[in-house]
Amino acid sequence: MSTSRADHCTIACADALRGSGEILVSPFGVIPPIAARVARATTEPDIVLTDGEARAINSDGEVESWLPFRYIFDLLSSGRRHVFMMPVQIDRFGNMNLSAIGPHHKPKVQVIGSRGAPGNTINHATSYWVPRHTSRTFVEKVDFVSGIGTDRGGLVHQVITNLGVFDFDSPDKRIRVRSLHPGVTMDEVRENTAFDIEGDETPTREPTPDELEIIAGLDPENRRATEL
Amino acid sequence: MTDKRTTLDDAVAEIRNGMTIGIGGWGSRRKPMALVRALCRSPVKDLTVVSYGGPDVGLLCAFGKIRKLVSGFVTLDSIPLEPHFRAARQAGAIEFEELDEGMLQWGLYAAANRLPFMPTKAGLHSDVLASNPHLKTVTSPYDGEEVVAMPPLHLDVALVHMNRADKHGNAQYLGPDIYFDDLYCMAADKAFVSCERIVDTFDEGSFHTLRISRIYTDGVVETPGGARFTSCVPDYVRDEEMQNRYAKAAADPDAWKAFADEYVAS
Repeated sequence: MSTSRADHCTIACADALRGSGEILVSPFGVIPPIAARVARATTEPDIVLTDGEARAINSDGEVESWLPFRYIFDLLSSGRRHVFMMPVQIDRFGNMNLSAIGPHHKPKVQVIGSRGAPGNTINHATSYWVPRHTSRTFVEKVDFVSGIGTDRGGLVHQVITNLGVFDFDSPDKRIRVRSLHPGVTMDEVRENTAFDIEGDETPTREPTPDELEIIAGLDPENRRATEL
Repeated sequence: MTDKRTTLDDAVAEIRNGMTIGIGGWGSRRKPMALVRALCRSPVKDLTVVSYGGPDVGLLCAFGKIRKLVSGFVTLDSIPLEPHFRAARQAGAIEFEELDEGMLQWGLYAAANRLPFMPTKAGLHSDVLASNPHLKTVTSPYDGEEVVAMPPLHLDVALVHMNRADKHGNAQYLGPDIYFDDLYCMAADKAFVSCERIVDTFDEGSFHTLRISRIYTDGVVETPGGARFTSCVPDYVRDEEMQNRYAKAAADPDAWKAFADEYVAS
């Protein structure tokens, strides 16, 4: 079985959860929910996951607690949560827009709204999943700060895209390349990013055979490949 | 005890131009759509709407009822973007007081508890504050920490849809989450509950799910299917086919007229 780009994205999202311990993980999109289950099956057995409808479901598929939205709001304020959100725009400090493109009083493109991003980013680890890394997403300046970046005190952990993995573990808290998925070059990243970006060109690690088996078991129809 | 049974049109007749109304549910889940459709049929306009937004917001936008929306998002869940809301925003037709989801809850809670504000970290340093200059921060008298002072979201009228209610206005949810429907009723001067069935005694679920007390409600309407096309489990799931038609019709005036005639006219 050959390892696909979607598999590298999945394992990178799972690795972003290393060291989480006993927290709620709220993964949006297709790949992050698979990745969170991979993490729970391997390095992070204590993470809590919900069905998106108020039920926390354990790894045996059993309901283990009740988490309606108001409890999630309480829980996120405690800091014991890691969320994966999907930005419309993101800048070099991880400021994130989920609201609208253009002026806020009359946007050119209205999107979904800031949701819980302001409260998430000030309270707990927030990672971003970008299935299509382009210079329209990685912008010089976001039109609306829904999720606050590292320069505003935001707890942005990592950004995982179809090209690589990015973090903010630099002295000035700017985004930098943590790894590139196999076959991706720095030129490709620079062409698709509207601001200067540097970092480590090491490849994203290969998933182990066991991990690939877990991924295939969680996503037998390869839905992950359709998200890229 | 008072019999609070009423009709959709009589309930909605309590809503007047310029009022602030809160709508329960979440996204495309257990929305009081029968009440919202009655509102669309009424002459009321210039509403301020507080909602975890779904097709309730989209439909009211399409009928030109909203002056200002107070919300953290508008979505149809299985269809992430709400096309009627987007059209209204992109035309500059409505004002949008954009909040963090938790701030909205705190606003309802402050109103319900008659407090001047509720403190929260959510919103700090984000454009939710920059775009809402009326929102202020406050410094803790204990340790000097600066937090957002979320003001009350006081509602003139709340509209919610529950699974069961009695004629006195006690109401029950049987699905996984009450969302914030109890808080909407508590934050409002008048609260109207539509429900799948009015019962004499609550024989389903545990008594813990009787979350809305008659103390907070003013009218009850029995409207089987009153949340459709949104979900109202366990009574029914979302009607995805109908929601698809609703969303697609946004792009085509003829299709929209046909859909609105079918869905809203009666």
